[in-house]
Amino acid sequence: MSLTSVVPDAGNAPDSADPVVVANASVALQGRPILRGVELRVHAGQFVALMGANGSGKSTLVRAMTGLLPLASGQIDLLGTPLSRFEDWQRIGFVPQRIGAASGVPASVWEVVASGRLTRRRLLHRLAQADRAAIDAAIEEVGLTDRARDGVATLSGGQQQRVLIARALAGQPDLFFLDEPTAGVDLPNQQTLTEALDRLKAGGATVVLVAHELGPLRPLVDRAVVLRDGRVAYDGPALEDHQVHHPLFGEAHSHHHHPGDHAPDHAPQVTAPWEDPR
Amino acid sequence: MTFWDLFGLGFMQRALIAAVVTGLAAPAVGTYLVQRRLSLLGDGIGHVAVTGVALGLVTGTSPTWMAVIVAVLGALLIELIRERGHTNGDVALALLFYGGLAGGVLLTGLAGESAASLQEYLFGSIATLTVSDIIATMVLAAVVIVVGIGLAPQLFAVAQDPEFARVTGLRVPVYNVLIAVLAAVSVSVAMRTVGLLLVSALMVVPVATAQQVTRSFRSTLAVAMACGAAASLGGLLLAAWASFHARVAPGPTIVLLSLAGFLLTWPLGALLRRRLRRREPFPTGAPAAHEPAAEHPHEHGPDCGHPAIPHDDHIDYVHDGHRHAAHGAHYDEH
Repeated sequence: MSLTSVVPDAGNAPDSADPVVVANASVALQGRPILRGVELRVHAGQFVALMGANGSGKSTLVRAMTGLLPLASGQIDLLGTPLSRFEDWQRIGFVPQRIGAASGVPASVWEVVASGRLTRRRLLHRLAQADRAAIDAAIEEVGLTDRARDGVATLSGGQQQRVLIARALAGQPDLFFLDEPTAGVDLPNQQTLTEALDRLKAGGATVVLVAHELGPLRPLVDRAVVLRDGRVAYDGPALEDHQVHHPLFGEAHSHHHHPGDHAPDHAPQVTAPWEDPR
Repeated sequence: MTFWDLFGLGFMQRALIAAVVTGLAAPAVGTYLVQRRLSLLGDGIGHVAVTGVALGLVTGTSPTWMAVIVAVLGALLIELIRERGHTNGDVALALLFYGGLAGGVLLTGLAGESAASLQEYLFGSIATLTVSDIIATMVLAAVVIVVGIGLAPQLFAVAQDPEFARVTGLRVPVYNVLIAVLAAVSVSVAMRTVGLLLVSALMVVPVATAQQVTRSFRSTLAVAMACGAAASLGGLLLAAWASFHARVAPGPTIVLLSLAGFLLTWPLGALLRRRLRRREPFPTGAPAAHEPAAEHPHEHGPDCGHPAIPHDDHIDYVHDGHRHAAHGAHYDEH
């Protein structure tokens, strides 16, 4: 496939049942435009890879789709409801970039995965049998059953990433957003992740995944959307890794460092409450 | 009068109740603070509460309830600076620390109160609690414990990964404020037991102790609450027993006892972690070349005493810096 055949809107035939509809969405961080007029429709059951160089806005787009970043303009609908009114969170599974699944207090794999079940639990109610079964099944899905009682901090990076996937699975959602699930994960762990995602796809789930390189995930991808400088630069069949790093999509091949394209969580100075960090 | 006669006295019974409920409540919140890496938040709120106590003394109202109000306001302010200022909170805490402490001391002086009346709150005065103090302590501690345990799944999720929690539909800012308010309330509860300047110890030290031996959040929370109650009760009894021979203040005794508990579990934790590391499976992948072990009379097996570590589809036995894997009649170096 030659890159000159890029059709920006390929695969965007309108369908009212599309689970994700991004219409002319713009996001600005600290007044700087990060996403500009992005149009994207993800069809039910589609496996979409958001790709692009560092700073192209791919992570920002997924964070906007999950409501973590406010839109400067435009609209995003999830499952037919605008994000601002969206309440159906148990249908959404989110796998954030791994910033370390560990915290200041030990937490077991089972506990972290169980927090993904909160969408379906009622406040102040005990875990029902169905909840426990879903949590156990999610842990088994990523092959960590024998580590379920171990502390998350004792796991390797790739295993921690699998815990985060299991956490998203525990709520039994049908629309998944994954932010760089394979970044910094070794090949055997990428293989396990790919198998889990393959079963998800076979089960009819819609998946939106941010990736710098597809690696073993490539056969699963129905459609690649490449962002460049906050705009959609390519929308079509999955690309080979070297094509994504074509100069058309921004910088030539660069090794991936974790992008700093979202709001810093720690500024050296104490900023005033009325300052807008975004 | 003997040590045992003390238990018949009203002030001692009230002190015992206060010690137990404080010991349970402080680590119940402390666990969430440590999880957020905000161990010193309790200390910051404690300093702010000094101004509340002083306001109570100046206006002639209840120092305890004034401390609750000012501590809650201080906690909300800290949370605001943390949330909107995008710092991890330590500079924000420092700013409030000094304002609260200086304000309290200045106000106490203005009111013509002696330093001694403030000292009751700074270092605790568990032996002078009245019946209404005890009721207030029990009510506030019950609120802290019920919320801390009842909302544990939500509070855990929010502290563990705030972004993920938001995408599950939890109102993260509400839970952040809730934790800050709970911390303020438990500071006010512990104020009369160990004093405002030592409050944070009872929130953090039992958690640090529990972490040495636990692997999950729930067990950390439970063990921390047990450690807190044990240190609090033990410290009070120790101070009461020692008071026949010397002037021993209960507040510092409780804190020192709880630190002693940490010092005792520390080596135990180190041992457990070392054992865990030694049992970690080896990375996958066979060695580059087939390397049979030298003459090896010992036969490895499930109970041969050498650590048996999973490696791919087989077991490596580790001893004297070697990894031996069975290969037919001999062992390979892996």
